[in-house]
Amino acid sequence: MSSQVMTMVQALTDALDIKLAEDPDMVIYGEDVGVEGGVFRVTSGLQKKYGVERVFDSPLAESAIVGAAVGMCAAGLRPVVEIQFSGFAFPAFNQILAHVARMRNRSRGRYGAQMVIRMPYGGGIKALEHHSESMEALFGHIPGLKVVIPSTPYDAKGLLISAIETDDPVIFMEPKKVYRAIKQEVPETKFAIPIGKAKVAAEGTDITVISYGAEIREVQRAMIMAKEKGISVELIDLRTIYPIDRETIAASIKKTGRVLSVTEGPMSFGAGAELLAIAVEEAFLSLEAPPTRLAGFDTIPPLPKGEHHYFHTPERIFYEIKKVVEY
Amino acid sequence: MLFQEYEPREDKMLQIIDNDGQIINPQWKPDIPDDLVLDAYKFMNFARTADLMAVSFQRQGRMYTYPPNLGQEAIGTAMGKLMRPQDWLVPAFREMSAWLLKGARLRDIFLYFGGHEDGSKFSGAPNFLPSAVPIASQLIHAAGIGYAVKYKKQDSVVFAFSGDGSTSEGDFHEALNFASVWKAPVIFTVQNNQYAISVPVKKQTASLNLAIKSLAYGIPGIKVDGNDFFAVYRAGSEAFQHTRAGKGPVLIEALTFRQGAHTTSDDPSLYRSQEEEKAWAEKDPIKRLRGYLVANGLWKPEDDEPLLEEYKKEVEKEFAVYENYPPYKVEDMFQFQYKEMPEDLRQQQIGYEKYLNRKGAQK
Repeated sequence: MSSQVMTMVQALTDALDIKLAEDPDMVIYGEDVGVEGGVFRVTSGLQKKYGVERVFDSPLAESAIVGAAVGMCAAGLRPVVEIQFSGFAFPAFNQILAHVARMRNRSRGRYGAQMVIRMPYGGGIKALEHHSESMEALFGHIPGLKVVIPSTPYDAKGLLISAIETDDPVIFMEPKKVYRAIKQEVPETKFAIPIGKAKVAAEGTDITVISYGAEIREVQRAMIMAKEKGISVELIDLRTIYPIDRETIAASIKKTGRVLSVTEGPMSFGAGAELLAIAVEEAFLSLEAPPTRLAGFDTIPPLPKGEHHYFHTPERIFYEIKKVVEY
Repeated sequence: MLFQEYEPREDKMLQIIDNDGQIINPQWKPDIPDDLVLDAYKFMNFARTADLMAVSFQRQGRMYTYPPNLGQEAIGTAMGKLMRPQDWLVPAFREMSAWLLKGARLRDIFLYFGGHEDGSKFSGAPNFLPSAVPIASQLIHAAGIGYAVKYKKQDSVVFAFSGDGSTSEGDFHEALNFASVWKAPVIFTVQNNQYAISVPVKKQTASLNLAIKSLAYGIPGIKVDGNDFFAVYRAGSEAFQHTRAGKGPVLIEALTFRQGAHTTSDDPSLYRSQEEEKAWAEKDPIKRLRGYLVANGLWKPEDDEPLLEEYKKEVEKEFAVYENYPPYKVEDMFQFQYKEMPEDLRQQQIGYEKYLNRKGAQK
C-alpha cells in the first residue's frame, strides 16, 4: 500500500477528497471553505475539483450553517460543514442541541442528521481571543452527538472518513496546534478508524495516562522524562470523546492501578471528570492512588503573553505523573 | 405582478373578500373551481372541530399542553391545498390544517400532544418534519431542504411556517438570507396572529409590517389577510410559481388572530381585551368563507350542523385510536437516540431494566 508523508491538514483534505469522489450526496460548505479552501486550507482545491454546488462558501452565520445541514440531511444529503474556529460554534449551539442531536429521536428514526461538523479547537498557537478554547465537554454532554478528536495525521484521515460515513451527527474537533506541526506516513488509499474506540498509544505498567488531541504530543514528551526516571507509562489516546471507550480505559487502569487524565479544557465538569468517574466505577479495587486529572484551569485561556501558564508543558505533565506514581 | 402591487413598503394588505364574504377585489381572486372552495370550507370546519375537541380533551386531562389553532384555519388550509406530495412541510406548531393536508392523521397529532414522540413520525405523510417548538430555528432547516432539492434537481417546494414572534429571532433572518443567496424554493409563511404569547407585534418590531423584512434579503414579500382563504391561496400560488421558476424564496405575512390561548396553559385575559377579541370574531375565516359560499348558492347555513356532527364522530374515532396506543416502553426512550446505540447507553438501559425487573418489583 503506497503512502505519503502528510500533515494533519493534508490528511484531512485527503479524507474529504476520497469521500467527495465516492459519495455524490456529500457537500461541503462553511465560511471561506470554497475559493480560499478554508483559513487553514483543509478544503483546499476541493471546489475546483468538485464544483461550486458541492464545495461552497456560505454566508457568515454559524447557526444557519449548521441548521441548513439539518434540512439537507432530511432531504438526503450528507453535509460536512466547517465552523471556522470552535470558539465561534456557539451561535449554532441551539441548532446542535435542539435539532442536530435530536432529529433522529424526534422523528422516531425517520430523519437522521448524518452530518459532520468540523471545527479547529484548542490553543497554544498564540492566537486572538476566542481562538484557543477546548470545549469538547459541552458537546460530549449532549445526547445524540458523537464527538471525535484526532491527534495525528493518520488518525485524522481514518477518523474523518468514519465520521462522514456514520449516520449519526459527529462533532469533529481538530487540534489546530497539530495541523502542521507533525508529518507522518499516511496511506493514500481509503481506510477507516472506528469511532468509539480508544487507542493504546504506548504500553506501560506503572500508570495509565489518558489524553487526546494536541495534548498527546505533550504527554509523549513527558513520557521520555518519565522513562528516564524508570516510570513506565501506558498512554491511551481516546480518539473519541463520546461514545467513550470504557472498556479500554478500564482494562488499562486495572493493569496499572494508577490513572492521570490530561485534557486542555476547563477542569470543572470536564472530560477529565468523566474519565475519573470511569476509573472509580470500573477499576475501584485495582486503584493504588487517587485517580487524578490535569486539566485546564477554570479560567478563560489567556491571550498569548500568558498562555504558557495555561497550556500544559511536558514538564508539568511529568510532574503530575510523578505525583501519582509516588502517592 | 401581485408582489409589485402589494409591495410591503406601502403597507397594503391583499384581501379578496370582506367580513361577510363579499368579493371586494375580483382582480386578484384566484381562479379555482367552486368545489375546491367548498372542499376547503368543509376542511376548515373539520380542522376547527378537531382543534376545539383537542382543547376540551386537554381540559379533561386526556392530553397534555396543546396550542390551539382557533381562528387561524384559513392559512394552513390554503397553503396545504397548494402542497403536492413531493413538496416539503416544515412546521412550527400552530398550523394543524396544513399538517392534516400534508397527510398527518389526527391520531398522530393527539399522540404527540398526548406526550409520545411516536406522534411525530407522521407515517404515510412524505416530506414532513416534526413540529418545532424552539422559535424560528426550523426555518433554517427549510433553507437547507431547499438547497438539497435544488441540488438533486427535484421539483419540490418547501412550505415553512412560523409566527410573528419568530421574526425577532436571528434564525429567521439567517434563514431568509441563506434561502435567498441559494435561490432555494422556500415559501416562508409567517402567521401574524399579533401576539407572541402575551407580547404584541408592536413590541416585537418597529418595522411597518412583517412582510417588509423581505426587502433586506432581496426577495418578494407580501402581507395578506390571513383570515381570507382566497387571499392566502392567491399569494401562496404566486409564491409557489415564483419558487418553482427558480427565482428563490418568498415571505408571506398572513395577518390573523389567535382566538384561543397561546397554549392550554395560557390566559389571554391578562394581555388583551374582550373588545379586541370581539372585533376579530367578526373577521373569523370560516364565517367569511361561509358568507361567500351561501351568497353564491354553494352552501346553506343549515348544512353546517350535520357536517359538524359527522366531523365530531370522526375526531372521536381518531382520539380513541390515540387513547388505545400501547403504553410507553423503556426502549421508546433509548432506541432512536443514535442509529447505532453506544455501548455506554445500552448499559444504561440494561441497568434500568434490571431495576424494573428486580425481585419484588410491582409489575
